[in-house]
Amino acid sequence: MSEPTRAEVCAAAIADAFADDGEIFASPMGMLPMLGVRLAKLTSNPDLVISDGESLFLAGVPPLFAKADVVEGWIPFRKVFDIVANGPRHVMMGATQVDRHGNQNISAIGDFDRPTRQLLGSRGAPGNTVNNRTSYWVPRHSPRVFVEAVDVVSGVGPRRAAAAGPAAARYNDIHRIVTDLAVLDVKGADDTVRLLSVHPGVSVDEVRAATGFELEVPAEVPETRSPTAEELVLVREVLDPRTLRDREVKPVVREATS
Amino acid sequence: MSAGRSPRDKRMSIDEVVAELSDGMTIGIGGWGPRRKPMALVRAILRSDLKDLTIVSWGGADVGLLLRAGKVRRLVYAFVSLDSVPLEPNFQKARQEGTVPEVVELDEGMFQTGLRAAAQRLPFLPVRAGLGSDVLVHNPDITTVTSPYADPDGVHEELVAVPALRLDVALVHLNRADKHGNATYLGPDPYFDDLFCMAADRAYVSVEQVVDTAGLTVDTPVQRLLLSRMLVTGVVETPHGAHFTTCTPDYERDERFQKAYAAAASGSDEDWAAFEQRFLAGDEDAYQAAVAAFAEEEQA
Repeated sequence: MSEPTRAEVCAAAIADAFADDGEIFASPMGMLPMLGVRLAKLTSNPDLVISDGESLFLAGVPPLFAKADVVEGWIPFRKVFDIVANGPRHVMMGATQVDRHGNQNISAIGDFDRPTRQLLGSRGAPGNTVNNRTSYWVPRHSPRVFVEAVDVVSGVGPRRAAAAGPAAARYNDIHRIVTDLAVLDVKGADDTVRLLSVHPGVSVDEVRAATGFELEVPAEVPETRSPTAEELVLVREVLDPRTLRDREVKPVVREATS
Repeated sequence: MSAGRSPRDKRMSIDEVVAELSDGMTIGIGGWGPRRKPMALVRAILRSDLKDLTIVSWGGADVGLLLRAGKVRRLVYAFVSLDSVPLEPNFQKARQEGTVPEVVELDEGMFQTGLRAAAQRLPFLPVRAGLGSDVLVHNPDITTVTSPYADPDGVHEELVAVPALRLDVALVHLNRADKHGNATYLGPDPYFDDLFCMAADRAYVSVEQVVDTAGLTVDTPVQRLLLSRMLVTGVVETPHGAHFTTCTPDYERDERFQKAYAAAASGSDEDWAAFEQRFLAGDEDAYQAAVAAFAEEEQA
């Protein structure tokens, strides 16, 4: 079997983020998160509750963008908000910006009153981050994404949550930030972003250079694990036979080493 | 049964609905993003002289079109998106050029809670969502409330007091209704259309098809009857009235048309003027005819 691609490493890292969740609603936004969540359900956490991203809970684990086979429940948008408030959910969202304190922005770039670039709006990020476990997926790790301070706080990091009081901090749980270069969390000193692992072929310096704030880097930074042979078969032959994952994270062309 | 003993016939035309709206009103628009939007009613507002509207919407092209036409004084939203085109270009343009005077950006759960408060005739309802985020910074009129009840650990939580999103009028689009306003959705998601209707003083529902009351449940489970006539002021039959958004299972989103819309909206002023001239200058029949011609061209 050929070497794992960068997208496949990311899928396994995303799956790992959901491995210990038990029987909760895994809510991925975007293609790689959906692939990672389905991989977790087929391997480390068969109890995960997954949806078609629309209104159905799926009993099976269909390939990306395939039609549901067996349906085990109904999750229209109104019930999503009930689950958010109730708690048994782990969402992995996108992030146009993330700052040193794990605050996330999907609302607007620049001044909110007259943005230079209007994005989606804050969507469910404020509620997700004070109600249930939240992770972020960043397909292009760069200083434009990882900024000193986000322009608009949509998703709330632990420090802001603590400052807002017990009602905000009680269920705030920013779990992982998975990027095309590395895996991070927000459990550094003073609730700051910390490097957990770098993907195979990526150096710590590369991650530092792609991060626009001072990143907490432990003395020893392990390599993100490679997917197992079983995981590679599941990703390549079952979940994503059309290799859609490479559109979101381009295969890395390795320079020949002498 | 004699006709005199039957509930009122609430059928109206699109233009009769719009004639009941006035400048400065707060209008809630049902559906979700690019899904099951009452687009025929939105298009009729575009053709009208209405102005200074407050629009409350899980936004899609309804919001984009009304912004581009300069109809909106205040926009209440949690997101505006076309999904397969993630960012709504007319919304982006209005925000980036500063042409929408006032915006209220909420979290999605706050938005639903605001509608719930209005539906329950409460001034506010408490939630966690919004705490610590810039939603509260950018909406300084939204305040917090301290729980009168202690948690088991003795803490009195301070929660967001989401103000009621009272609507003058709700506009929603469903699959079928009877002439009295009982209405059913046939797709997988009711969205929040019943909540919009309850939050509003008056609610107008457009539908793909008006059927006999008995026909509403002849092939459809009763649980799909989302709207009771007591919540509905007027019923409009507008086949294809949600175009170019979804109206599952009657039709899905018209992706080609949506692409053309997004291209025109993000193009030059001339591009937009051409789109408007071709699709929005005439009445609803003219729109549907232009859409049919567009579809044929795309096929060729």
